[in-house]
Amino acid sequence: MNQAGRPSIDNAAASPRIDAEGPGAPPRRNGELVFQAPWEGRAFGLAVALGEEGLFAWEAFRTRLIAAIAASDRRPEGERRAYYESWLGALQRLLVDRGILTAAEIEDRMRQFATGQRDIVNPGAP
Amino acid sequence: MHDHRGGGGHGAEHRHEAEHHHETEHHHGGEVSQTQLLTAALESLLVEKGLLSSDTIDQLVERYEKDIGPMIGARVVARAWTDPAYKQRLLSDSASALAELGIHMDNLVVVENTPAVHNAVVCTLCSCYPWAVLGLPPTWYKEPAYRSRMVIEPRAVLREFGLELDGTVEVRVWDSSAEQRYLVLPERPAGTEGMTEAELATLVSRDSMIGVARVAAPARAR
Repeated sequence: MNQAGRPSIDNAAASPRIDAEGPGAPPRRNGELVFQAPWEGRAFGLAVALGEEGLFAWEAFRTRLIAAIAASDRRPEGERRAYYESWLGALQRLLVDRGILTAAEIEDRMRQFATGQRDIVNPGAP
Repeated sequence: MHDHRGGGGHGAEHRHEAEHHHETEHHHGGEVSQTQLLTAALESLLVEKGLLSSDTIDQLVERYEKDIGPMIGARVVARAWTDPAYKQRLLSDSASALAELGIHMDNLVVVENTPAVHNAVVCTLCSCYPWAVLGLPPTWYKEPAYRSRMVIEPRAVLREFGLELDGTVEVRVWDSSAEQRYLVLPERPAGTEGMTEAELATLVSRDSMIGVARVAAPARAR
């Protein structure tokens, strides 16, 4: 962990850009998708953005992520959570624990999306 | 080891009672999972409260999907291969050696593979990973099988990755934490003597910097 409890990745913004294409372009993802579904990218971005904004210390998120992953690992093989589900659950718990969002408003907003009262714009966007 | 469990479906880890209804719901004709709904709900509420903007998230995701990847680590490795003095600085004081290349990361330890020692990296508790130099971790890195078995039977796990190590080679497994992350400096393959630093960087794979693969020699040198 580095200064201010931020995820170390925010430093990466300062990394120089290098060739993305052509013969000088190093391998990127070894053919593997970074995110399996768009919501995974959003869930990732939410937690990292809030950490960068200083809304919480990264360690506070990380301890909840570890707990969520450990809980998933204890489940039988076919019932474990996908990684970013644990990630999302850890974020939800942290936001509620800190009083940033309430469980009731989250639930309410989920219902609005589920019933089509609101449209999901981002997860699902190309 | 390499199989994935696939994406959505099960809902978030810490569901509250009222959210406990299961799996998918219909939304404008398409199937929407609880995880998608929860993600959308969190984003929408946080944006509404002015805590972040959707643009910020867009940029972040874009940065990680497109801009940051193992190529940054590959560049570091290629420099170390071609500049022995740089390699020494990298091994002894990685923060300043990385800063020379414009990479700012102060918690990275670089461990060097040699004919006698093979290093590999794991995070047994979650998924600590040197994002700034390798991008986002591959799926298998986050799987329970890799996280638990790599420390117990590294040779067997490495064999499953196709990496057969001689019995005389010492295997060192490094368990990452929030405070300390690791990058493996793989061995430079034979047949690359005439290559430039930029050409070498194209050979260095993500897996070789996690320590589950060797760097393959270029096709023309084989």
